[in-house]
Amino acid sequence: MSKGDGIYPEDLRYTKEHEWLEVRGNVATVGITQYAQAELGDIVYVELPQAGAAIVAGEPFGTVESVKAVSELFAPTSGTVAEVNAGLAQSPDQVNKDPYGEGWMIRITMADPGEADALMTAAQYRKYVEDEAN
Amino acid sequence: MESSAGAALRRTPLNTLFRDLGARLVDFAGWEMPVQFTSVIDEHVAVRTAAGLFDVSHMGEIEVEGPDALALVQRVTCNDASRLVVGQAHYTGLLNERGGFVDDILVYRRGADRFLLVVNAGNTDKDFAWVKSHTRGEVRVDNASARWAQIAIQGPRSEEILRPLCAGDLRAIAYYHFAEMTVKGAACIVSRTGYTGEDGFEIYGPTGAAADLFSALLQAGKGAGLLPCGLGARDTLRLEARMPLYGNDIDDTTTPLEAGLKWIVKTGKGEFIGRDALLRQEKEGVGRRLVGFEMVDRGIARHGYAVRHDGREIGLVTSGTFGPYVKKNIGMAYVPPGLAEPGARFAVVIREREAAAVVVPAPFYKRAR
Repeated sequence: MSKGDGIYPEDLRYTKEHEWLEVRGNVATVGITQYAQAELGDIVYVELPQAGAAIVAGEPFGTVESVKAVSELFAPTSGTVAEVNAGLAQSPDQVNKDPYGEGWMIRITMADPGEADALMTAAQYRKYVEDEAN
Repeated sequence: MESSAGAALRRTPLNTLFRDLGARLVDFAGWEMPVQFTSVIDEHVAVRTAAGLFDVSHMGEIEVEGPDALALVQRVTCNDASRLVVGQAHYTGLLNERGGFVDDILVYRRGADRFLLVVNAGNTDKDFAWVKSHTRGEVRVDNASARWAQIAIQGPRSEEILRPLCAGDLRAIAYYHFAEMTVKGAACIVSRTGYTGEDGFEIYGPTGAAADLFSALLQAGKGAGLLPCGLGARDTLRLEARMPLYGNDIDDTTTPLEAGLKWIVKTGKGEFIGRDALLRQEKEGVGRRLVGFEMVDRGIARHGYAVRHDGREIGLVTSGTFGPYVKKNIGMAYVPPGLAEPGARFAVVIREREAAAVVVPAPFYKRAR
């Protein structure tokens, strides 16, 4: 899957820092996009907050590391960490293999579910990525 | 693509081939080089289990020839070049008066009075000026880097892949020895050396023949699992094999004695630049030693991270990564001599968190012989 393949599920929202958000009621699941994982290369380590930690929109909440580099993860919305994907400790490569599925990172109980509306749609994100690549 | 200095990046003869292969290119020491072709991990594992192919044409070649060539090489390096037979190479240091590294290099003996110094890409101009400035008597010192391309094939299946392209017997080339032979029609130096910890060869040839040779090797190695490899895998491979990288683990302030490279220092051979400083250091003892370590707590140690013991900062990580074959987070750091033995524990500071690490015996990985 190369970064040109542009897989961006329609039911998700997207950020400029290449995270995706899936909202169910007032709980948001967060991960990084297929474009981001292709850019980073082989992911070997993911550092995530504990359940109960406070999350502030726009602030870093963890890091994702490839062999060569460390990248910060930025919170798409504010809230509290409800759940963390413990499987990534053993298999960080799930972020590469299945960025929208098994590669999910944290679930947030959102302070304001309306915050998601300000994020990009799949179509807007696709355009954003194409512009960035050129 | 421009380097940070604003000048255009230098390109090796294989640049067009890399673009055709879809490599991700980066600026390395002012050269446009592939960091990876497919994945750093896949390329790394290919070298350990089958074979990998590297362009290392950015490295420098300095020819030192003439009746006073051996004397010059002996004066500017710390290992004993008089022990090299024709067809043999060794690893050595170009040292300054303080015993610190100007560069770590290979010296090849092509004749009684003919030597080839192979130097790091980022140090080529500096090394050439240094060697030239210490020239005495009848000797020609030439920066021949523009005339030489270099391709490395590394991994257990290297010899079987390279053999059909060579007009010579590769089996006859022992480790750290070389032969001058025709490879795919071009006059080359083929040496059994490398920067990965695996069996393999470094092939030095005319720049005009490089692209052809690289393509031919890729083709020849397809069935054996050969992958083209970039600088990303080159770095993880050498770190697993606990080989130092100039600029990271050694520089002009570190001596071979501090860096665990006492074996390349032959003070008995006679005068050389840095000898007095090293003899003094041997007598007084080193103030720090380069060690290899593994992370005990979660986290990856990286170049520049602080090392702490009992709450005090005692050193810095010089190189660190996730080792794709050993599947551990490994690294090297300078620590006080008291903490330099296997089993010693310290902490690496990773984004303000102290993560435990333990010193382990070198190397992290050793191939089965």
